[in-house]
Amino acid sequence: MVLPEWLAEPGLNHFLVVSAALFSLGLLAVISRRNIIMVLMGIELILNSANLNFVAFSRYGLLSLDGHMIALFVIIIAAAEAAVALAIALNIYNRFGSIDVDQISELKD
Amino acid sequence: MDLFAIAFYVFAILIIGSAALMVFSKNIVHSAFALMFTLAGLAIFYALLYAGFVAVTQLLVYVGGILVLILFGVMLTTRGYFEKVRTRTVNLIPATLFTAIIGLMLILVFVTTDWTLMPLEEGEVTMTGLGELLLTDFMLPFQVAGVLLLLAIIGAVLMAARTRPPQQTPNPQQTSPTEKQQD
Repeated sequence: MVLPEWLAEPGLNHFLVVSAALFSLGLLAVISRRNIIMVLMGIELILNSANLNFVAFSRYGLLSLDGHMIALFVIIIAAAEAAVALAIALNIYNRFGSIDVDQISELKD
Repeated sequence: MDLFAIAFYVFAILIIGSAALMVFSKNIVHSAFALMFTLAGLAIFYALLYAGFVAVTQLLVYVGGILVLILFGVMLTTRGYFEKVRTRTVNLIPATLFTAIIGLMLILVFVTTDWTLMPLEEGEVTMTGLGELLLTDFMLPFQVAGVLLLLAIIGAVLMAARTRPPQQTPNPQQTSPTEKQQD
């Protein structure tokens, strides 16, 4: 099987392309889904794409172990964010009876 | 085409495919399980990039923790067990166009930029280096992250425990309801 060279050996650019695809899918989930939990999952996807960039640059680029450390801190902050955001979602569900983000517009008028 | 390339392509397809399934699935439980495959595939990507500790942390925290939390959120915010868990999608076509343009621009920038690359060296065990960094250069962020996690846990517990209305939680220490009404 003959493949062009840029396809046969995955390098930094390949990981960056995967992370760009993940980022745009996460953005799509955030702006098109109306369920709070789907929005949260989209945010997790965006954070993971950033993490993949950090780890890829620490392997191929000039970030040495610092990239791994930043990825670990991003994971920690994502865990804290998920816990608080789900508590907020539970409160919203108990107050409004729905977690559709378009129906939570009490402050608007 | 060596083993690294084959593993890369297989798991890249797994990651992007299940991420797309997560975004476009109508059922939110299916979305959560597709997210699990994405996160596990990303852990394998970290292992392919010689970031073993990050890979294990990804599996433990994301697949073991955050995903279970999200499933609990799904279960607690739906009415009844028999109602189909469906969610609304708005503006699908403009949103898809918008994010596709953003993704293509990102890919264009990533591919055309001339990154400063290091010569590839053999991967080594990162645990010792990470431990030393945590206790020297990253000491303050490490402690601050601990405090942040504590605050997040306390805040989440307080907010989630406040959800029940106060009438349904009678406190045996207090006076009886009739005496309370007289007050």
